[in-house]
Amino acid sequence: MAKKSIPRKTKSGKPAARRKAVKKHTPTPIVTNEELMEYYKGMLLMRRFEEKAGQMYGMGLIGGFCHLYIGQEAVVTGIQATLKEGDSVLTSYRDHAHMLACKIDPKLILAELTGRATGISKGKGGSMHMFSVEHGFYGGHGIVGAQVPIGAGLAFAHKYRKNDNVSVTYFGDGAVNQGQVYESFNMAKLWNLPVVFVIENNQYAMGTSIARSSSEVELFRRGESFKIKGECVDGMDVFAVREAAERAVAKCRAGDGPALLEMKTYRYRGHSMSDPAKYRSKEEVSKMRSEFDPIDQVKKRILEANILSEDELKVIDKDIKARVSEAADFAQNSAEPDPSELYTDVLVAE
Amino acid sequence: MSVEILLPAMSPTMTEGNIAKWTKKEGEKVSPGDVIAEIETDKAIMELETDEDGVLGKILIAEGSEGIAVGTLIAVILEDGESESVLDGITASVVSVQSVPPSAIAIEAHETIVKAPVMISPSEAVLPEGTGFSNMTVREALRDAMAEEMRLDDSVFVMGEEVAEYQGAYKVTQGLLQEFGEERVIDTPITEHGFAGLGVGAAMANLKPVVEFMTFNFAMQAIDQIVNSAAKTNYMSGGQIRCPIVFRGPNGAAARVGAQHSQNYASWYAHIPGLIVIAPYSAADCKGLLKAAIKNPNPVIFLENEITYGYSFDVPDMDDYTVPIGKASVVRSGSDVTLVAYSIGVKFALDAAEKLASDGIDAEVIDLRTIRPLDMETIIGSVKKTNRVVCVEEGWATCSVSSEISARLMEGAFDYLDAPVTRVTNEDVPMPYAANLEKLAVVNDDRIVSAAKAVCYKEEK
Ligand SMILES: Cc1ncc(C[n+]2csc(CCOP(=O)(O)OP(=O)(O)O)c2C)c(N)n1
Ligand SMILES: [Mg+2]
Repeated sequence: MAKKSIPRKTKSGKPAARRKAVKKHTPTPIVTNEELMEYYKGMLLMRRFEEKAGQMYGMGLIGGFCHLYIGQEAVVTGIQATLKEGDSVLTSYRDHAHMLACKIDPKLILAELTGRATGISKGKGGSMHMFSVEHGFYGGHGIVGAQVPIGAGLAFAHKYRKNDNVSVTYFGDGAVNQGQVYESFNMAKLWNLPVVFVIENNQYAMGTSIARSSSEVELFRRGESFKIKGECVDGMDVFAVREAAERAVAKCRAGDGPALLEMKTYRYRGHSMSDPAKYRSKEEVSKMRSEFDPIDQVKKRILEANILSEDELKVIDKDIKARVSEAADFAQNSAEPDPSELYTDVLVAE
Repeated sequence: MSVEILLPAMSPTMTEGNIAKWTKKEGEKVSPGDVIAEIETDKAIMELETDEDGVLGKILIAEGSEGIAVGTLIAVILEDGESESVLDGITASVVSVQSVPPSAIAIEAHETIVKAPVMISPSEAVLPEGTGFSNMTVREALRDAMAEEMRLDDSVFVMGEEVAEYQGAYKVTQGLLQEFGEERVIDTPITEHGFAGLGVGAAMANLKPVVEFMTFNFAMQAIDQIVNSAAKTNYMSGGQIRCPIVFRGPNGAAARVGAQHSQNYASWYAHIPGLIVIAPYSAADCKGLLKAAIKNPNPVIFLENEITYGYSFDVPDMDDYTVPIGKASVVRSGSDVTLVAYSIGVKFALDAAEKLASDGIDAEVIDLRTIRPLDMETIIGSVKKTNRVVCVEEGWATCSVSSEISARLMEGAFDYLDAPVTRVTNEDVPMPYAANLEKLAVVNDDRIVSAAKAVCYKEEK
């Protein structure tokens, strides 16, 4: 692949539901072909992985709650692109893509979703509760908003140890109304903690649209009374996300944290697998899908820049599908945990 | 290659569904994201999307078919240009994926018709002569209780996450918004500590809030307001400030939702003076006790159970049917051993009693219904007859309701006991996600049977 650089297009499609995005800096970031392809492949892996998870749920192989991230892939992809070894990441129950972005093996995630001994939590956590210290992924949290102070705590540890790592704490537009979010904002600013708070505003918390739950719907303003300056970003555009994240992360690494980013994004599927999603119109969903899809946006740029042809992209898609199928086979063919595992890990053994 | 479409599980508790509608016809093109059918599940009508590109080759289960098992082959999608001959000989059948049961306890949910308790506790008011019954689910009974109280008293209002427009995350508040409007059926933001406290304030001003927690796991965000504000204000104000509020929602293990979403809080709240704690099982008790709770001038914790929402029971057709708070009910009479249970534990106990009967052991089953105050009178009355007690609880044993009963029996019925009081509970571990481990973690009827035999000094065969 030829290593040529192409300038970032300034005008990308904007989600219809978007309000005035506050973008003060618009330098043109340079994106290499390698980066374009990396984001494309990364997002496609997330998409195919979750489609497979949805199918496996339908077959009864995955139980309980299973929350898909389909549509939001650009957010985690753009942000993770700015992180380095030692940084900490945590999010809610909608966590599969975050784990893939942390480079966790899809086999281990899918095996956890099917509750097998080979799963990343030995089958004991399930879709909502997964962790990998090795990859700096601190969960996987089932209680809405609970990850926010925990994320501040991980940032506290970075500061305490005087390293230049950051904590990236993702949470939703629904979670943003929990009181502990503001308690965290206050402490984070008071102590200049290196935490990037990322609000993934997908417009809905289960069946409640943001307008029905929030008195201030410009969520990037939610840090203002704590003197945390927020920024609103087109979360369907991986380059816009990356650009904003670079600034936020750099600020935190320099000891000038915290930072707050509001990512305007959209989930295509129901809240979880059992949500009939009657609270929004089909037109709204299909408009987001057809006009703002984060993967299509990158694909278009790849084709326009003649980096790869449509056929070559098909080969990539096939490879990714094969990788996901392999993970599914692994998950399905792994054994369930040994019954003795029921009693392990309750306390740390002396 | 053709793709077989199996009826998917569309909720944690779904075991079968109805084909409400095919939205694509045979021969029609489909692409990823297209809705091909509408499926009616135990909770809602869901759209079935495809992830495939191709042509809907064959529909195997007709529109309107009901009770189709999850995993049944319902249609086949052909790849573009693929010959229809591959469809020859394909029929609807349950395709056995090498799958694990959806859940240890969801399996039970399959059997949704549960017989109404045969016995009415002697301590309970006898129903008027000629009272009729309607068969309804626990979910409907709870909804009716709220609706009736809202009609009777306009200071009653319902508040919580997704209770209004979404009609309840578990559909318990179905129809309330339509009947009572948005001033009395209120969707809150996800801010449990805030809205629990706001409810307490409204109750101090003599409104009667019914606060729904989507599940009681999330009430931990709000537990300070419940314990420190709701439960203590009457006392601290020397009886000046009442707090007539009901906190309700599903409690206990659901199905495969893991450690943070599967906990029984009965003993947590039962620990607190100033609270009333109710955890009923049957639909009649759910209705009668929820109405009593809303009328009660004290803060009430009303613990429901997600698995039992779909269970059906007979409920008396009476105006303003209430069940007294603080009274247990003998739901099966017997003479050899007393099984004391509450909430879904009653189902496990009744199933165990049935098995014990075939082994010649005559078990009495008591449904506590109210956890605080505990009706020790009914339990001790039973012990005087059976001299043996097994406490059954879908929850942890340590500091549990069962532990409390055991202690009180030592204090109040020691001389009547012929064997140690035994507790049969969940295992002492956070709820695991894996199907096999979950099954091992949760109490079941076989463990109750073993414990009952042990206290009767009967050998296990
Ligand atoms: C404290 C708490 N309350 C309620 C819930 C139930 N619940 C799970 S997800 C959710 C919606 C959250 O929406 P949002 O924060 O926007 O995140 P999204 O699901 O859109 O990613 C709710 C109410 C919960 N898990 N925890
Ligand atoms: Mg959201």
